[in-house]
Amino acid sequence: MATLSGLGAPPRFSALRNEALSQWLASMLGIATFAGLWFAVTLGGVVSPHFLPSPPAVLARIGDLAREPYAGSLLQGHLLASLQKFGVSYVLAVVIGVPLGLMMGRFRLLDWAVSPLFETLRFIPPIAWVPFSILWFGTGFLAPTLVIFAGAFSPCVVSAYRGARQIDRPIIEAAQTLGAGGLRMIKDVVLPGALPHVVAGMRVSAGFGWQSLIGAELIVGSTGLGYLIIQGESNIEPAVVVAGMVTIGVVGAVIDYAMRALEEWIRRDWGR
Amino acid sequence: MQTSTTTGKRHAALARNAQRTLIGAASIVALLVAWYVLTDLTGIVTPVQFPSPTEAWESLDQLLGPGYADGTLARHVGSSLALVLIGFAVAAGTGVPLGLLMGVNRLAESFFNPVFQILRPIAPIAWIPLTILWFGLGTPAKIFVIWLAAFAPAVINTYTGVRNIDPVVVAAARVHGAGRRAILFDVVIPAALPTIFTGLRLSLQACWMVLVAAELVGSFTGLGHVMIIATRDLIPGMIFVGMATVAVLGVLLTMVLAYVERWVIPWRR
Repeated sequence: MATLSGLGAPPRFSALRNEALSQWLASMLGIATFAGLWFAVTLGGVVSPHFLPSPPAVLARIGDLAREPYAGSLLQGHLLASLQKFGVSYVLAVVIGVPLGLMMGRFRLLDWAVSPLFETLRFIPPIAWVPFSILWFGTGFLAPTLVIFAGAFSPCVVSAYRGARQIDRPIIEAAQTLGAGGLRMIKDVVLPGALPHVVAGMRVSAGFGWQSLIGAELIVGSTGLGYLIIQGESNIEPAVVVAGMVTIGVVGAVIDYAMRALEEWIRRDWGR
Repeated sequence: MQTSTTTGKRHAALARNAQRTLIGAASIVALLVAWYVLTDLTGIVTPVQFPSPTEAWESLDQLLGPGYADGTLARHVGSSLALVLIGFAVAAGTGVPLGLLMGVNRLAESFFNPVFQILRPIAPIAWIPLTILWFGLGTPAKIFVIWLAAFAPAVINTYTGVRNIDPVVVAAARVHGAGRRAILFDVVIPAALPTIFTGLRLSLQACWMVLVAAELVGSFTGLGHVMIIATRDLIPGMIFVGMATVAVLGVLLTMVLAYVERWVIPWRR
């Protein structure tokens, strides 16, 4: 007995702790190397500030952008404009895409009729809708909405469709026996059954939509974070560009985190 | 008795498939007819909003023949495709080895992973302005931004693929006397290949999208260039042709990669 425990647990435990420690050190080293390189090449004068601004310069620039308008408004203004455009189109994509996907999963005829069209349109990269979006909506606030919609729509449809298809047949049949039909079936049986899939798709769709928005704002519009960084590029101010990129990254991360939290919450509280 | 029911079932399945194809084809035909009726026939949708089939055909004809936006269709397609293939090759050539290293070595994983996590939320498209500042509008800028878009999916999927290999398989190889080299090349890489290809497919789609975006923002040739010039000149037919070509090439690229995958991994189905 004594030999067994002597052979087994303690050395392995300390080895595990050593391993965890060295992994943690390696992570810190990784971040330190990344940050150190950025500091070194910029502050050490290897590259000029016109090529890559230093981290303190970027932070200072973010502070300036929040106080003095650039490209027509403050950083908060651009952020708000981007979020509004994103919010409108994303909600539209979810509100149309999810019911369409659920109904395609439920009604075979609709599936057969819509799938070929949908599959054809899906191969057009969302960003390729920018030109038509300009023709149809001009260069104002609405211009990027079509592009965001194009990016966010298909993950919603596909995930809702898959979610509806994976519901156990007996559950559908039981509901039918009890007299549920049509919309009632979609609302009370298919949607709850497909919800985990739907929410997972909504997260993917939010990421695509955000990325498509930035792309669209680079090309068309007069507000938003994408517009801010392309203006920074035109004025040859890399600090503005990187400051905008940092903001885009932070917002993207927050959106992803929120959607992940929603997904976790649904998965945990959705009684199986 | 048994055979007759199976034949019956097979007949039913065949009939269902035929029905499905028919309905699918009917909906596509209906769309084409609606397109013709709304534009050429009645003019409910004006040519400024969406091109009619005739206009789309004329634009295609012009693009094939004399050319548009400084080149013929062949030239624009050639330049876009070349950039995507070079950028993709560079991304796969650097991303897959790094992914393998991160999969095999936990310290390498711990070293690189946080940096990825920091940079990941910044959409590859958001790098376009910075790459223009760094490299201008030419080939190097496009290749760099394609590489940025394609690198992360290649790395992450490769390393997930290696991580998900059943440890028993590696242990079995070791017990049978396989060295480190043999384990890497004969066990780890083949076992991870399906996941690696999933990553490469995502990479390729990201490449194509970010290239079109970069060409729309600023370029001298390519399909995105055609589309943005056509927008400036208000020629919806040409925009339509550009979009359709982008979509068709996207499908073709995915199909070629699927073919390569079947050739590289013959044991998978």
